[in-house]
Amino acid sequence: MTHVDVLRTAIHALRGNWVRSALTSLGVIIGIAAVIVMVSVGQGTQAEIDNLVSGLGSQRLDISSAAQRGPGGARTGAGSRYTLYQGDADAIRNEIPEVQYVSGSLRGSTQVVFAENNWAASWQGVEPDYFAINAWELAEGDFFEPQDYGGSSNVVILGETVRRELFGDQPGIGESVRLGRALFTVVGVLEPKGQGGWGQDQDDIMMVPLETGRRRLLGSSALPPKAVMSIALTVAHADDLGYVQSEVEALLRQRHRIGPGEEDDFVVRNISEIVAARTATTRLMSLLLGAVATISLVVGGIGIMNIMLVSVTERIREIGLRMAVGAGPSAVRRQFLAEAMLISLIGGVIGIALGVVGTLVVGRLGALPVELNGKVIGLAAGFSIATGLFFGYYPARKASTLDPIEALRQ
Amino acid sequence: MSQPPVIEAHGLGKVYSPGTQAEVVALRNADLRIARGEFVAIMGPSGSGKSTLMNLIGCLDTPSSGSYLCDGIDVATLDAEELAALRRDKIGFVFQGFHLLPRMSALDNVAMPLVYSEVPPAERQELALQALDAVGLAERAAHRPNELSGGQQQRVAIARALINNPPIVLADEPTGALDSRTGAEILALFKRLRDGGHTVVLITHDPEVAAHADRIFMIHDGQLQEQVPGGGAS
Repeated sequence: MTHVDVLRTAIHALRGNWVRSALTSLGVIIGIAAVIVMVSVGQGTQAEIDNLVSGLGSQRLDISSAAQRGPGGARTGAGSRYTLYQGDADAIRNEIPEVQYVSGSLRGSTQVVFAENNWAASWQGVEPDYFAINAWELAEGDFFEPQDYGGSSNVVILGETVRRELFGDQPGIGESVRLGRALFTVVGVLEPKGQGGWGQDQDDIMMVPLETGRRRLLGSSALPPKAVMSIALTVAHADDLGYVQSEVEALLRQRHRIGPGEEDDFVVRNISEIVAARTATTRLMSLLLGAVATISLVVGGIGIMNIMLVSVTERIREIGLRMAVGAGPSAVRRQFLAEAMLISLIGGVIGIALGVVGTLVVGRLGALPVELNGKVIGLAAGFSIATGLFFGYYPARKASTLDPIEALRQ
Repeated sequence: MSQPPVIEAHGLGKVYSPGTQAEVVALRNADLRIARGEFVAIMGPSGSGKSTLMNLIGCLDTPSSGSYLCDGIDVATLDAEELAALRRDKIGFVFQGFHLLPRMSALDNVAMPLVYSEVPPAERQELALQALDAVGLAERAAHRPNELSGGQQQRVAIARALINNPPIVLADEPTGALDSRTGAEILALFKRLRDGGHTVVLITHDPEVAAHADRIFMIHDGQLQEQVPGGGAS
């Protein structure tokens, strides 16, 4: 019995009861389509998180002052003392070559006024690398000039929210605004970033050169001279992050004269812990989605097995006849296995088409991120073949082990 | 008879459910020698063991005792796969109920067994058409079984039985579902097959049908005896 014979016989048998065959295929169609959509959504979510993580900066370290420990051991909160200085940022820049960008920063909030409009907003005092570290782009105007960082230039770059509150439809470049008691010239407007990962409006911000911020916006007594509130840095290669973190810690301990066994007076954070937690969550979600899809495929497979068992019973005379005219057990088994596999393959092909369309629709609606690739489709195709084989084997075996005498007598 | 017999059985016995309460001795110690080109009838009432004997001759079953050589091949040692191949090559079955596949044309029904032999697909239609022609139904090749009369259906079944040119044609009550005139046509066809060199074994309960055969075996309570021409059992 050639493969063509097996196939032709199977097609003939399925066409003879095509409504039933189609309904049985439907189980597989739904299962395979579900596998494709679910896995695509899982992959899309994973990709989005990877993207988000690289936006947050998996190549980034944030250094801040450690909380103080009082005489009784009670610790004060973050920001209760300032142990980081501009010199620390410069030392990191000069002594650790793996560091790509580094910037100390100050921050505060103040009232900003233009004509009759005013707005309370946060400001950041920054060094030149700050914009690259935080992936800020300009929508309008220019970044600060090198000489602006000397401390005597009253220049400001506005976030989109601040610009809108002050200028409405106007670009605002070149205008003078009052921050606190000082007049500043608007030199640029930042490209909007929208809502941040924690729900805050990232565009409700103003940037000023670090030294300008220290002199014009911070109260003179608030901070020790030359202190910075935090230092942010990035490495060129994410692989270097752990190494750079230990280098930074060693450098700062040395600069701060912290002896062995003493606690750091600073904290270095990376976001890998957040990343790990998020990735684990996504993986769990993908797993659950995959499980749901697999269950629907198993239900489809059981449908195949059910119909094939009915078919074996219905066609017992045909099986007996075929055995009488020379079909051995293996030929009968192949015939029924071919029918089951044909049902699941046709279901698989239609299911793949439906799943791809469904995935594209979900992606287009924008409700969930999707990522469709050949791996998913290959997986679905493999699943449909495996379903036919697995659930078709038992009925086929049952048919092949029938006693031809009994079968003919029916 | 110089040729070896096509069907040769010695001390053939069949016991169902041996060693249990339900043990049934269906056939005991049967001897049978049928040569090529003979037309033989095996006759007996229902429950006599004639179906058991037919299943053994047709290689659908293996004996509990004794030996059976089907065209020289001992069936006792064969597994299910080898028995199927033996049936394909040696036996052409004709059934009382025709056993045609309803959704296939007469031609496809006749060609069906060729799927299991080594005949290339290209030759199958031609062979099937020749077989249909041999039973006088070439012009009905495209018809489905339900478009044919009972006699025509049985002739299609006979064409199917002959498609692999087996030495033995085994017919189980082939006229049982037909009127007497059509039955006579079928019996005439069997005589032609005998004349063409086939060994025809006819299983029946009907003495009038059995009378068409050259030799008649009687089976009763599992005992097989050849009926001597012109009188009672030997």
